Amino acid sequence: MTQKTELLDELEKQKYKYGFVTDIEADTVSVGLNEEIIRLISAKKNEPQWLLDWRLKAYRYWLSMTEPTWAKLSFEPINYQSLHYYAAPVQKVKPKSLDEVDKNLLETYNKLGIPLKEQEALAGVVAVDAVFDSVSVATTYRARLAEKGIIFCSISEAIKEHPDLVRKYLGTVVPYTDNFYACLNSAVFTDGSFVFIPKGVHCPMELSTYFRINAKNTGQFERTLIIAEDDSYVSYLEGCTAPQRDENQLHAAIVEIVVLNNAEVKYSTVQNWYPGDEYGNGGVYNFVTKRAACRGVNAKVSWTQVETGSAITWKYPSCILQGDNSVGEFYSVAITHHYQQADTGTKMIHLGKNTRSKIISKGISAGHSNQTYRGLVDISANADNARNFSQCDSLLIGTNCGSHTVPYVRNRNKSAILEHEATTSKISDEQLFYCKQRGIDEETAVGLIVNGFCKEVMQNLPMEFAIEAAKLINISLEGSVG
Amino acid sequence: MEKILEINNLFAGTYDGTKEIIKGLNLTINSGEIHAIMGPNGAGKSTLAYLLAGKKDYAPTAGQIQFCGENLLTMKPEERANAGIFLSMQYPVAIPGVSTSNFLKHALNAKRKYQGLNELDAADFLKILRNTAKELGVSPEMLKREINVGFSGGEKKRLEVLQMKLLEPKLAVLDETDSGLDIDALRTVAQGVNDLHNQNNALLIITHHLDLLNLIKPDFVHIYADGHIIRSGSKELAIELEQNGYKSFLEA
Repeated sequence: MTQKTELLDELEKQKYKYGFVTDIEADTVSVGLNEEIIRLISAKKNEPQWLLDWRLKAYRYWLSMTEPTWAKLSFEPINYQSLHYYAAPVQKVKPKSLDEVDKNLLETYNKLGIPLKEQEALAGVVAVDAVFDSVSVATTYRARLAEKGIIFCSISEAIKEHPDLVRKYLGTVVPYTDNFYACLNSAVFTDGSFVFIPKGVHCPMELSTYFRINAKNTGQFERTLIIAEDDSYVSYLEGCTAPQRDENQLHAAIVEIVVLNNAEVKYSTVQNWYPGDEYGNGGVYNFVTKRAACRGVNAKVSWTQVETGSAITWKYPSCILQGDNSVGEFYSVAITHHYQQADTGTKMIHLGKNTRSKIISKGISAGHSNQTYRGLVDISANADNARNFSQCDSLLIGTNCGSHTVPYVRNRNKSAILEHEATTSKISDEQLFYCKQRGIDEETAVGLIVNGFCKEVMQNLPMEFAIEAAKLINISLEGSVG
Repeated sequence: MEKILEINNLFAGTYDGTKEIIKGLNLTINSGEIHAIMGPNGAGKSTLAYLLAGKKDYAPTAGQIQFCGENLLTMKPEERANAGIFLSMQYPVAIPGVSTSNFLKHALNAKRKYQGLNELDAADFLKILRNTAKELGVSPEMLKREINVGFSGGEKKRLEVLQMKLLEPKLAVLDETDSGLDIDALRTVAQGVNDLHNQNNALLIITHHLDLLNLIKPDFVHIYADGHIIRSGSKELAIELEQNGYKSFLEA
């Protein structure tokens, strides 16, 4: 009991490590949301008419929608008219290389441990399409990828340079009518990443994007579109941290993935946005729609996420298993403490024959936080021999946190085989004492136990990301010594 | 000869103070010595072991414990471990997802850090671990398994001895190490402990059977009942106890 109390106290006090604001003049569109603002955003980005029309259709539809209330989350209503919907770092000319990038900006990345210059020098290990606020400021390794016909750029550039591809796929996995936040995103999205892997190409490196929220009161509406043509492969990494501030920051992103015949996409996320202080003030509101459509036979998609940040998380990376023999996987670690709330999980929609899905969810709750796993496994009438395995494990630290598991299953095919396992456990005093008796201090012991608990998920992350994620788990539990 | 442990008129009980368990205990252990504490169930033998290791469920109310000249009672559990107290537990706890070798690496590096030595990288550590494991007949497969998860009683105790060897304590406390072991496992464990023992360290064996003491020969045997030592002697005392039972000592 006493050991846990100390641990709890320290978790309460643990400060957000990346709390700083970069001083860069932001080009911000005036506050509020209306058709004029949307026209302005579209004009600033020199978008084609079809996209403006699409944005406006989404906006008009959004006006008819109400926010969902089914998640186990409680927060003050968001005033959408008090937000800025566009902010870009002011730069006179587009930089040709990193040397021309604002020094403050580079410094920010350095504080976050993202040495772009070093990465560039490392010659082709990781390609970084760094997103600062809403506009991409640095894109590396594009030439090398282009040799293979791979397109990796900001979605704004893709709209200009590959309009037919964007138009063909945009909104086909997550239509603007999908949900309240996705609809808002469709109306006002400012930037994001675009990836196209042509037929038969195995992407030779991990594609990596670092997101960062910076300008005050700027809603972040990222939009990412990934297309993997027949027989292709790509591993995509998304990681983010945000500076500390008092106002809540809204984030409503969309990720759409299209996977064709025999193609495979691995999507990994490390999310470390400002979670609010120890009293539950501030923090990022994260309402994200991520979905992959396995449209071809033998298509495979794998979501791996490590979520430690945000005051509120509303996120269900999902797989539509349309092609026969297609496979969907979801590996998740979510850590909440203080007053963080997370309602997260996945949806596996089995449409094709012999489709398989696997769900491994690990939730760690500390402080006064509340966490819900919410998942749907849906087997349609035509999905003969579909299989699902779900495992949802919760680890509780202290006695004031909550953990809930809400697995929905809808099965309309008798040949389906579905398995579900769920456990809830605590870090026991006995485990902590055992570690300490072997000389391991409490902080290290907690990190060791928690990383052990998450092992099945962590081992699915690409190597360099796994190290970062393990560090992040330890940072999340830093200062836990009594 | 160095004084390793000195317990003076110790009183202790549960942390919340509701129950007094140790009542006026005196015990001195010097380097090179093997001490055995024998006593009936519920006498507070394990409490003594936990108290030495610093488990927070128990707290002293009076008396002192000196460990190598330091006041043990003000040290944190991990400091006691790094300073050289090793408790081989009666029921070693499982930690799912944490491999045995990774756990041991953290333990050894914690001790090295405490001693001001550089921490070992994975390759150097594995060399040391494999050699130590080999001496104790611990297979490389076992080192890859999650620590104590699904281990048999014998495997758990063998792993405790492996850790003891790796960490080279000044004082090893063996709490009912013989419980749940068949005779072969007992022999392996005893041999490991005997190999470890030398003139610079000491052993404190807590047991209520003679079997282990036939394999690890104690210099001193203490009969422990109702929270303190009621009689001390040589190994002959253990044999007398085996023949007559605790009752005769308690009535005396």
